[in-house]
Amino acid sequence: MPDRQQTFARVLEQIQPFNKKGVEVTEATRFAADLEWDSLTVLDFVANIEDEFDVIITMNMQAEIENVGQLVDALGKLTAGK
Amino acid sequence: MTDLFAKFQPQIDLRDGLLESGVTDPFGLVMERVESPTVAICNGKRTILLGTYNYMGMTFDPDVIAAGKQALEDFGSGTTGSRVLNGTYVGHKAVEQALKDFYAMDHAMVFSTGYQANLGIISTLAGKDDYIILDIDSHASIYDGCALGNAQIVPFRHNDVEALDKRLKRLPPEAGKLVVLEGVYSMMGDIAPLKEMVAVSKAAGAMVLVDEAHSMGFIGEHGRGVVELQGVIDDVDFIIGTFSKSVGTVGGFCVSNHPKFEILRLVCRPYVFTASLPPSVVATAATSIRKLMDSADKRAHLWENSKRLHAGLRQLGFTLGTENPQSAIIAVIMPDLEKGAAMWEALLNEGLYVNLARPPATPAGITLLRCSLCALHTEDQVGEILGMFAAAGRATGCIS
Repeated sequence: MPDRQQTFARVLEQIQPFNKKGVEVTEATRFAADLEWDSLTVLDFVANIEDEFDVIITMNMQAEIENVGQLVDALGKLTAGK
Repeated sequence: MTDLFAKFQPQIDLRDGLLESGVTDPFGLVMERVESPTVAICNGKRTILLGTYNYMGMTFDPDVIAAGKQALEDFGSGTTGSRVLNGTYVGHKAVEQALKDFYAMDHAMVFSTGYQANLGIISTLAGKDDYIILDIDSHASIYDGCALGNAQIVPFRHNDVEALDKRLKRLPPEAGKLVVLEGVYSMMGDIAPLKEMVAVSKAAGAMVLVDEAHSMGFIGEHGRGVVELQGVIDDVDFIIGTFSKSVGTVGGFCVSNHPKFEILRLVCRPYVFTASLPPSVVATAATSIRKLMDSADKRAHLWENSKRLHAGLRQLGFTLGTENPQSAIIAVIMPDLEKGAAMWEALLNEGLYVNLARPPATPAGITLLRCSLCALHTEDQVGEILGMFAAAGRATGCIS
């Protein structure tokens, strides 16, 4: 499986516990608008993603990430050197 | 034309819905008269105050009031100026000296409010390539300090030492880092494991700032806060505090032993570009701080009150924010906003004022009734308070 797809699969796994409405998640799925996450859910989810990928996603970066695809891109960059 | 108020519609609807249910507006209370640190007249009724943060009851202290009156006479009603221009009077230097003596630290800088102290210090210290690592449940003034500056912001799970440690280790070793913690978290009244947190922060080469707004005056041997209680006061770089809780007036401050601290007076915008505190306010603050140094009996009584209220509320069947009383804040967790508002109103009708707190101020979306005790609440008053909670709790179905 290519890296990007693998990252997407791992992100998907992290989304599921917070996907209370059972939304079908694609790269275009938006965290606030589609998954209807509030800021507290986002904080919890980000903490889990950080631990899963052993990275830091600062709040400054989070402000630029609206959908799943953008998160996968950001994780690709953050883990590039690892 | 786009109405710029459209974005507030969800809050307007929530508020309208709540008020339509007939409940008194929990955010519109007016104190008609204030008789003492523990009693006010609200809606013509004698009301015990259990939500004022007036922990040490200094607001009506005769020495404090006398100092304020004298300063008003001698120096006028206001300074009409910035601290760095015409707004520094002898009183401002005197209150900074009182703080240096209180904390046994080399430097003290007084701001116009506690909010501004966090806003100013945090936004100024951490620059563009620096990192601020902060507890997720940090106070709004800490988040706003982050938003005002340009640093990279890294939050970690509340009071989780391992989460903090992991994040520190993931950051570039050479980057500037400021870890921001609070001694007492004001919503649940829980204290931070500062001993462990300061240790991992120092090991990672970070500077540490601790907001001790809710502990000054009664936690720690000399009332210096949780940093003193846990023996790490010499390892923290900055302590932030306020005059609007134990000190009993208004204002904020930062104390530090950093040798270059004084430069902040020239580079910290929320310090420079605002008017300094009125002479009467700094005079009352200085007098109060000096009296707090010698208040061991009041401290002991406040702890007694806190323990008794905590145990009593638990016995009645309420769910509280902490297993044990950790501070002078006791949070009573409500099932939802409607029940919380109903309980708040029932308590007010009984003659008791507490704070109704709800998201976004509270963590995890909960509604709570926050009680803050005062060293001047008498034993009888604590008994009265428990009686009121029992009656209101049963009337609203919060307890059986």
